[in-house]
Amino acid sequence: MPVAAAPSFLPALPEIALACAAMLLLLVGVFRGEGSTRLVSWLAVLVLIGVLVLALRIGFGRQTAFYGMFVTDAFALFMKTLVLIGSAVSIVMAMRYNEDHGIARFEFPVLVLLATTGMMVMVSANDLITLYLGLELQSLALYVTASFDRDSVRSSEAGLKYFVLGALSSGMLLYGASMVYGFAGTTSFASLAQVLTGAGPVSSGLIIGIVFVIVGLAFKVSAVPFHMWVPDVYEGAPTPVTAFFAVAPKMAAIALFIRFLIAPFGALIAEWQQVIIFLSIASMILGSVAAIAQSNIKRLMAYSSIGHVGYALIGLAAATPSGIRGVLVYMAIYLFMNVGTFAVILCMRQQGRMLEGINDLAGLSRTQPGLALALAIFMFAMAGIPPTAGFFSKLYIFLAAIETHQTSMIALAIIGVVTSVVGAFYYLRVVKVMYFDEPAGVFDRPITAELKAVLFVTAVVTMFFFLLPDPVAGSAQAAAASLFVK
Amino acid sequence: MNHWPLLSLVTFLPLVGVGFIMTTRGDAEIVARNAKNIALSTSVIVFLLSLLLWVYFDPSTAAFQFVEKARWVKIGGFEVNYHMGIDGISLFFVLLSTLLTPICVLASWQSIHSQVREYMIAFLVLETLMVGMFCALDFIVFYVFFEGVLIPMFLIIGIWGHSNRVYAAFKFFLYTLLGSVLMLLAIIAVYYQTGSTDIETALHYSFPFALQKWLFLAFLASFAVKVPMWPVHTWLPDAHVEAPTAGSVILAGVLLKMGGYGFVRFSLPMFPLASHYFTPLMFALSAIAVIYTSLVALAQTNMKKLIAYSSIAHMGFVTMGIFAVTSEAVQGAVIQMLSHGLVSGALFLCVGVLYDRMHNYDIARYGGLVERMPAYGFVFMAFTLASVGLPGTSGFVGEFLILLGTFRVSTLECFLAATAMFLGAAYMLYLYRRVVFGTITRDDLRNILDLSAREKAVFVPLLLLVLWMGVYPSSFLGPIRASVDNLVQQVGAAEAGQHASAE
Repeated sequence: MPVAAAPSFLPALPEIALACAAMLLLLVGVFRGEGSTRLVSWLAVLVLIGVLVLALRIGFGRQTAFYGMFVTDAFALFMKTLVLIGSAVSIVMAMRYNEDHGIARFEFPVLVLLATTGMMVMVSANDLITLYLGLELQSLALYVTASFDRDSVRSSEAGLKYFVLGALSSGMLLYGASMVYGFAGTTSFASLAQVLTGAGPVSSGLIIGIVFVIVGLAFKVSAVPFHMWVPDVYEGAPTPVTAFFAVAPKMAAIALFIRFLIAPFGALIAEWQQVIIFLSIASMILGSVAAIAQSNIKRLMAYSSIGHVGYALIGLAAATPSGIRGVLVYMAIYLFMNVGTFAVILCMRQQGRMLEGINDLAGLSRTQPGLALALAIFMFAMAGIPPTAGFFSKLYIFLAAIETHQTSMIALAIIGVVTSVVGAFYYLRVVKVMYFDEPAGVFDRPITAELKAVLFVTAVVTMFFFLLPDPVAGSAQAAAASLFVK
Repeated sequence: MNHWPLLSLVTFLPLVGVGFIMTTRGDAEIVARNAKNIALSTSVIVFLLSLLLWVYFDPSTAAFQFVEKARWVKIGGFEVNYHMGIDGISLFFVLLSTLLTPICVLASWQSIHSQVREYMIAFLVLETLMVGMFCALDFIVFYVFFEGVLIPMFLIIGIWGHSNRVYAAFKFFLYTLLGSVLMLLAIIAVYYQTGSTDIETALHYSFPFALQKWLFLAFLASFAVKVPMWPVHTWLPDAHVEAPTAGSVILAGVLLKMGGYGFVRFSLPMFPLASHYFTPLMFALSAIAVIYTSLVALAQTNMKKLIAYSSIAHMGFVTMGIFAVTSEAVQGAVIQMLSHGLVSGALFLCVGVLYDRMHNYDIARYGGLVERMPAYGFVFMAFTLASVGLPGTSGFVGEFLILLGTFRVSTLECFLAATAMFLGAAYMLYLYRRVVFGTITRDDLRNILDLSAREKAVFVPLLLLVLWMGVYPSSFLGPIRASVDNLVQQVGAAEAGQHASAE
């Protein structure tokens, strides 16, 4: 890998542009005052779209910047696309909610932009230093957004909890990173890959370092047993923020998880595979069992996201190109299902008051058939029932697991399908409440145009993904392959 | 052979009807009427189209016919084709599905009052999925249809079912899902073994014996729940009792057949050695199913539950015939499935007729109906006798062929099954006597109305078919024979090959 004589900034141009734009929008907000929230929000969405175009123009080829500390390739591009879509949609969905709840401040879109910058750096991290930089930039912005409804006790509590546990995980990650540096002598992923070829014994200090970093990352992707913050934060944070948390940061953290394990430590798979398998099993089981007792739909979604991470980790545990392909397809489809579900949750309001109980959905099929149909599609998709998109995401994951022909992976797949049946129970419960129960009340109408558009697109994509699965899976295939190019 | 994509047309035409129903607007009553009319005409057109399949079917070959193939997914080495085709085994299942759908629509004409539009949409979607499942020649396509069926059926039971419908709908969904996800893993394993998800490829691939055993069990998990075999049958009585009449008809008529069809289509040809290895197990489960559930049926006080248990017993016959793997037995099993699809469907309709009038399934609630409902008494008797297996009805042909074929393999099994036939006669006639004969003791039964013209229109085609199949089964056995013979030979060859290599 040639290192340019002078630092090349070009591959990092989208991130640089995004950071500058975020600061610019901050200025716009400050000078135009409180009334500028809507303007800043739409500008932020435009910026995200512009950055996406910019990122796509940089190209799919592998390029590095900052002396190899920063890398873009097809994998980074795929994940960045998901992150940018997730962030942009979150801003769109938040506008009306924030106005209705008196928290419409122009800082929100700016914070989301800054967090997104951090996420993009995470996705492109090719060095432990870059990894930490991106992660912290993201996390600090997220802590603030979690407690954005600062007069609400629950929101403040969520922010505080997120901060304390997030800081703890960052600490562990940092500790692990320093162990890795201490025992391997380098922080660069490329050099680590050269040093660690898998031949000969591996020092246990290095293993401990890797495990600590994995723990830190498991916090960020909310894998069991490092998931405790998730239900509380999801429940406490304002709903659009929860929607944002459930999507964009998760994409970035999974991307980072994959690159960190595959690029520098791919040869040491025997050392870390069992850790991932454990995280995966624990997440799938807890995600499906603990969700059964939930009556708050945001908490339900929190446990659901824990379960989904468990499935995605199956692909990572396989650590093959098709495994990574599976994860990428999974995350792409997860993005649409999740955004759609949260769009429905944002529609759950009576006389201007937000509702969060699953039972508040009772009889929705009678009162608002379109909304009920959309949520039913998302729920069946999350349960992985064909022909919805959710089936294909699970299919690619299980394809990868069986392909390895390892007993442990096949066992993992079996646990995966069994927990997916348990999980189906609580997704079906939502459908049951909407379709089988008598109407309890009517939600406010009309649904805002933004939410309608989001709902329509996500529902159509989730339902009719099967008509044309190749574009997504094909780019995921290319993205996964780019990670394994030596 | 014509070049029309006839199978796709039959499969997806119901969705066009769904599209039309979605466009209906206006008053609730007008919407309901339009939805019913559109659903009925769509399903009748689909049925007439599907008859063309029978007309143009070439009974002399075991190869798949009306084949359509188009690229669907191609990612790396993973390639899935939209591959459709039917042979003698699947032909009549397609026809059964397309026949029962208009009958269900007609049977629900007056018994469904709420959300009629959604109800009709659910049935048309269900038809697409059922037909697609029987036609699919690629595992992934098959699985999508196979599991997709759960969604409309879940909604049909849950929305339009009776008092305990939620429990029944969940039980149905989760039971079936648990079985099918294990099959999904087996399908993936088959893919990595054969290098393709194509069913035709897999049918001619010889899997190593050790793998066969595992794959057989995984497929069994799915099909045993669907059939349902003892001891995973418990979802069926609940689902039947709670489902609306038409839901029960489809459930008993087509959904249970998906399990039997799966055994014949996949388990036998793909895993012949494992099928042979597990035959004692399958025989034991089948024998328990027929005898145990027959006894349970005798003790029922709820008409629908009684017929549900009789379904399990009849399907026990089917699994027994399939795993006897003689040409007669497998043909008998296919005929028995078709016959059971018609007869049990009709019996559920008979029960539905009473429920529409009295809103009660208790046997004790009725009695002496023959005085007020002579036409009903006749229809109910005809199907009761067909269920019992009276010569001249379709039930006899299937059961006789199965017993004939099984006798050559295991006389004990044959004996046990014959006992159950006796029990079957007992519980069905006992039911008939309590409901139709005797004297009317309850006042509200004195004014009960006999079958209306619409209800007669529902029963007549079923009755004619049952008699046709019983009197002249050759028109049905003809197309089935080539495919079944080919299948039995293939299994025999695989077993012979194993013996040769063992010696």
